[in-house]
Amino acid sequence: MAQNREFFYRRLHSLLGVIPVGLFLTQHLVVNHFATRGAEAFNKAAAFMEQLPFRYFLEIFIIFLPLLFHAIYGLYIAFTAQNNVSRYGYFRNWMFMLQRLTGIITLIFVVWHVWETRVQAAFGAEVNYDMMANIVANPFMLAFYIVGIVSAVFHFANGLWSFFVSWGITVTPRSQQISTYVTMGIFVALSIVGIRAILAFV
Amino acid sequence: MSENKTIRIIVTRQDRPDTAPYDEEFVIPYRPNMNIISALMEIRRNPVNAKGEKTTPVAWEMNCLEEVCGACSMVINGKPRQSCTALIDQLEQPIRLEPMRTFPVIRDLQVDRSRMFDSLKKVKAWIPIDGTYDLGPGPRMPERKRQWAYELSKCMTCGVCLEACPNVNSKSNFIGPAPLSQVRLFNAHPTGAMHKAERLEAIMGDGGLANCGNSQNCVQSCPKGIPLTTSIAALNRAATIQMFRNFFGSDEV
Repeated sequence: MAQNREFFYRRLHSLLGVIPVGLFLTQHLVVNHFATRGAEAFNKAAAFMEQLPFRYFLEIFIIFLPLLFHAIYGLYIAFTAQNNVSRYGYFRNWMFMLQRLTGIITLIFVVWHVWETRVQAAFGAEVNYDMMANIVANPFMLAFYIVGIVSAVFHFANGLWSFFVSWGITVTPRSQQISTYVTMGIFVALSIVGIRAILAFV
Repeated sequence: MSENKTIRIIVTRQDRPDTAPYDEEFVIPYRPNMNIISALMEIRRNPVNAKGEKTTPVAWEMNCLEEVCGACSMVINGKPRQSCTALIDQLEQPIRLEPMRTFPVIRDLQVDRSRMFDSLKKVKAWIPIDGTYDLGPGPRMPERKRQWAYELSKCMTCGVCLEACPNVNSKSNFIGPAPLSQVRLFNAHPTGAMHKAERLEAIMGDGGLANCGNSQNCVQSCPKGIPLTTSIAALNRAATIQMFRNFFGSDEV
């Protein structure tokens, strides 16, 4: 690796996690939420997303490349930490550990999820309500999906908190405290959206 | 109260930098108002372990004995702190003493903190005032700001924040919270601010500011109560601005 690139990579990692990956996650969960209005509503919404103009361009530059960088560099960050919550059981230290743990869980989940849906679609499978209903008919897979969704949402919400610190937006302890409440509110709200959506396929 | 009250201390010892650590237990007579230093001095006076075997005295560092030099830092009952202000009466027994293993162990509780001093050089934690002629008095510092900066100047380079940080370890090159906060201190000084960009660019290099993972253990552990995480966030803001200046250009050199 070139000298003095670490600052740039870290800042890029922080930025990409929110824009576009975090925004995509939010949009994805909101579109999935159409499933609560029935199979037809979901299929209509999914078809709309599928038929967006410049689909491949959007997929590559808004989703896959940023996600790939964030995932690979994130793995490197996670494995350079030496977690010590048993010695220092402070709230933020737990969040630090959970951020790395949920990152790894999310990565495993996303790889599986992309294989099962987008890659299968490239092989000719149709992505629709029935596809998801078949997947989550297996209670093990349903549990895996719920864990994956909650991990991803936590990683996004708590990552938003550290994004605000890393870019120097929240400096004072007070602003960081309020930011904790706001981002944890986002975690709860998005988790509800995500879990309601996945349960709509059961 | 009782005349034969004793203190149990378990010390993680290490004979040489390259040998394996081992535990040795000591039972020493109690005296009122003892601290860890006086307990270690008692072991040094009579180096006999709990099994009654004669052993070598425990090696540790100390200097000021009033929590301003940072030399006597060690891990006491799981938490890094200064042994001069660790009072025996306030500690749960058996008392466990370990070296701060984030740093290379020289012997027993003595560690090599040179990496912190190297980091201070790297970030230019000083104010250059020397010239080939008398430069005259520098700009004045407002009293309010002086008082504010005094809090940051309390850092004694003890290494407790590095020991507590999960991102300072043998797998990473992170310089840790203490030298970062010093950049904020010297950049706040009216004369020091003349070299602001140089210091910011030093911490925007590898192993610098961006390696902070916001576990905030440092601010919880700092014996001097220095607002380390506030310093890091403030530097993040300054680095963001510096980054845009460097890329898009600015006359603020």
